[in-house]
Amino acid sequence: MGKKTLNDPILDLFIYETAQNIEQLETSILAVEKASSFSLDTINEIFRVMHTIKGSSAMMMFDNIAILSHAIEDLFYYIREEKPADMDWALLSDLVLEGVDFIKLEMEKVKNADGLDGDPSELIKSIKAFLSSIKNGGSKAASEIGMNPPVSEHYYLAPDNKGSARGKAYEVMLFFEEGCGMENIRAFAITHRLKDLTEDFSYIPEDIVDNAESAVVIREHGFIISLKTDKSYKELYDFFAGTAYIADFELKELTDAPELEKIEVPKSDEETEAPVKTVKAQSAEQTDGGQAESKSNQHSIISVDVIKLDKLMDLVGEMVIAEAMVTQNPELNALQLNSFYKAARQLRKITGEMQDMVMSIRMVPLSATFRKMNRIVRDVSRKLGKEVEMTLIGEGTEVDKNIIEHISDPLMHLVRNAVDHGIENPNERLAAGKPKIGQVTLEAKNAGSDVLIIVKDDGKGISKELILKKAREQGFVTKEDNELTEKEIYNMICLPGFSTNKDITEFSGRGVGMDVVTRKLEAVGGSVSIDSAEGAGTVTTLKIPLTLAIIDGMNIRVGSSKYTIPTTSIKETFRVEARDLIQDPEGNEMIMVRGQCYPVLRLHKLFAVDGDNTDLTKGILLMIEQDEKCVGLFADELLGQHQVVVKALPSYIKNLKQVAGLAGCTLLGDGSISLILNVGGLLSM
Amino acid sequence: MAQTDLFNLTETEDEDTLRGKYLIFSMGDEFFGMEIRYITEIIGIQPITEVPEMPEYVKGVTNLRGKIIPVMDARLRFKKALREYDDRTCIIVVETGDVSIGLIVDSVAEVLTLQDEDIAPPPEMGKGGHKYIKGIGKAGGNVMLLLDCQRLLTDDELDAIGLVG
Repeated sequence: MGKKTLNDPILDLFIYETAQNIEQLETSILAVEKASSFSLDTINEIFRVMHTIKGSSAMMMFDNIAILSHAIEDLFYYIREEKPADMDWALLSDLVLEGVDFIKLEMEKVKNADGLDGDPSELIKSIKAFLSSIKNGGSKAASEIGMNPPVSEHYYLAPDNKGSARGKAYEVMLFFEEGCGMENIRAFAITHRLKDLTEDFSYIPEDIVDNAESAVVIREHGFIISLKTDKSYKELYDFFAGTAYIADFELKELTDAPELEKIEVPKSDEETEAPVKTVKAQSAEQTDGGQAESKSNQHSIISVDVIKLDKLMDLVGEMVIAEAMVTQNPELNALQLNSFYKAARQLRKITGEMQDMVMSIRMVPLSATFRKMNRIVRDVSRKLGKEVEMTLIGEGTEVDKNIIEHISDPLMHLVRNAVDHGIENPNERLAAGKPKIGQVTLEAKNAGSDVLIIVKDDGKGISKELILKKAREQGFVTKEDNELTEKEIYNMICLPGFSTNKDITEFSGRGVGMDVVTRKLEAVGGSVSIDSAEGAGTVTTLKIPLTLAIIDGMNIRVGSSKYTIPTTSIKETFRVEARDLIQDPEGNEMIMVRGQCYPVLRLHKLFAVDGDNTDLTKGILLMIEQDEKCVGLFADELLGQHQVVVKALPSYIKNLKQVAGLAGCTLLGDGSISLILNVGGLLSM
Repeated sequence: MAQTDLFNLTETEDEDTLRGKYLIFSMGDEFFGMEIRYITEIIGIQPITEVPEMPEYVKGVTNLRGKIIPVMDARLRFKKALREYDDRTCIIVVETGDVSIGLIVDSVAEVLTLQDEDIAPPPEMGKGGHKYIKGIGKAGGNVMLLLDCQRLLTDDELDAIGLVG
């Protein structure tokens, strides 16, 4: 396998398409795994995706991917055609996911232009073993309906279903569309039409004609028909799929053909365990609608190089500044220019809109990142023998693409933590009087110019005593217990080298966890806070800025230097009264605000610039706050509030020294540079 | 084929026209030279925004048509006394790799072509004697120190580690 250059557009396309297919596949597998049964749609989808990957990877000469996808394709071909009973669905999804992982890994190698050295033979062996096991297990059913297992690899013609064994028993459970009304009458219409197909059927509830109450029963529990017919599964399926007002139906072929009279209303949990062939289907129109939608989505989306997008972003940023330079040019002052100002307003409006548009291009919903977490929950909980249910809320929340890349790892870590440390074993949970299945909730929501991502579990929570004990052992705390706030204690987990987990597991507990999460978030201007109640669970909140590129900033002046502070972190600004000032013997200045005492930070001292005022009462004090820490920042003057485009400090400066108090710089309307203060950095000084 | 050859030819010619050309600038009584291919432009003194906690020779950052570049005072860099900026003071914008930096010098003199035989290697001196000097050029009775641009921009990082530590 020769090395390929990444510039090859065909290879690019292959990588892009395969990655998309694989991702989609993973999502749908996880979805059906929750429902404990593979729907016909999913089986078809897996088959189709594997077929595509097989074809394209064979074309690109990635042989190992090709053989693996071929094996999975074979397996699903069999499942699709034979619908074997007694299948170990869990094992099946494991196999497919393993396959997906393998392909993902190989794709990474393709991207890095490394040789593909992964050996899928073990995996293929287990897939083959699984296939033969279901073939043997299902051989009776297969021969019964007179079908042959697939002989050839390449000619997939659906075997003829007609002429199969006569008088098979089916059970259909159908739900009508919400709000269509008169469910009992509609049910009766179906039974009436069903008479064309078979005479041998019964249904629950039985009193649909006489009892109007039955409409409610049908609405809630569905309408169940048991029937015996010599018609094929397909014909029945088409019959129900073609019936109006049916929202959802489930057609099952009963393998052991029980007496029709004996059928009872199946309970939902029994249903999942029942070893019958289950094929769930959405109503035909819905499926069609969905397909049409995904098709049109594919047409209207193009993928663009992020570098180009960054460039565009920069240009628009510069344009905003240039626009300000033109329209607020000091030379225009005191001139009567009515039509100029009209035109300038128009220009400002358009640049503003353009800026918003470019920003929105870079915004990506969190859903892809969130869905990845599903997989982690599944893997971890299964390995640890825990039962965990994952709920996603607000995955449509949009965040700048750069930020998404930065939070994916920390989020993964937090979710893993929640399952590993948070959720208890099923037995412990039952003993604690909690439901057996643990809940992990991943929630995203907008809060002003920030996005909050909340990872919540209902596990055992974090023990404050344990943290304190550990922290003392490792020498992290110097204060007395009663001096520490709850938040401070929990946030100790984020200190480097801190881990309360006694045993190191495969997934977590090496003490390199939370501090990495904190550091990564701080790198994008975010923060982490932890809250927990022992026995009830833990809530970890990540606060991340909506975007890195543009912030609402307050410009301040100290002497001839200008600085910008994110408006969101300014609590208040005021002029200081001399009587509120306190000085301790070491010369540290403090200010009393409404009974609370805060330290005062003089910007001119901190940054060693010549300020106009050294008298605190002459300048202005800005109370800045982050993570419940608050400090008074002393400056000469407020210049006003503007939207500023954040630019990084030149790399030369950054290499020279990372200045803790600076987050970046920005160009002001007059072309001068203002330094953006890093509030978190200032507070930790 | 012929066309590509032509292109290559012009490119090498381009490279050739820059080769051996040095921008000569002065600081105090001394003349310094810098290879012209590293220099993107020469501008007058600009408003400079101070950046705190930087070594003294880094004066701050300046706005070069929307691009923010750091500015370094060459006098301070070579441990000479600071001199008031005047209308002769220039900022030479130097670019190596992807790093751009402005170098403040007293004044810019001329562009000289120096043949290889006009350039003498720096005399051997104790360790670290000539970190930034690539050679000594001679032209018209004048002697000038030729600076190693790359060293000038990247060696700082080594210093920086010392500074932080």
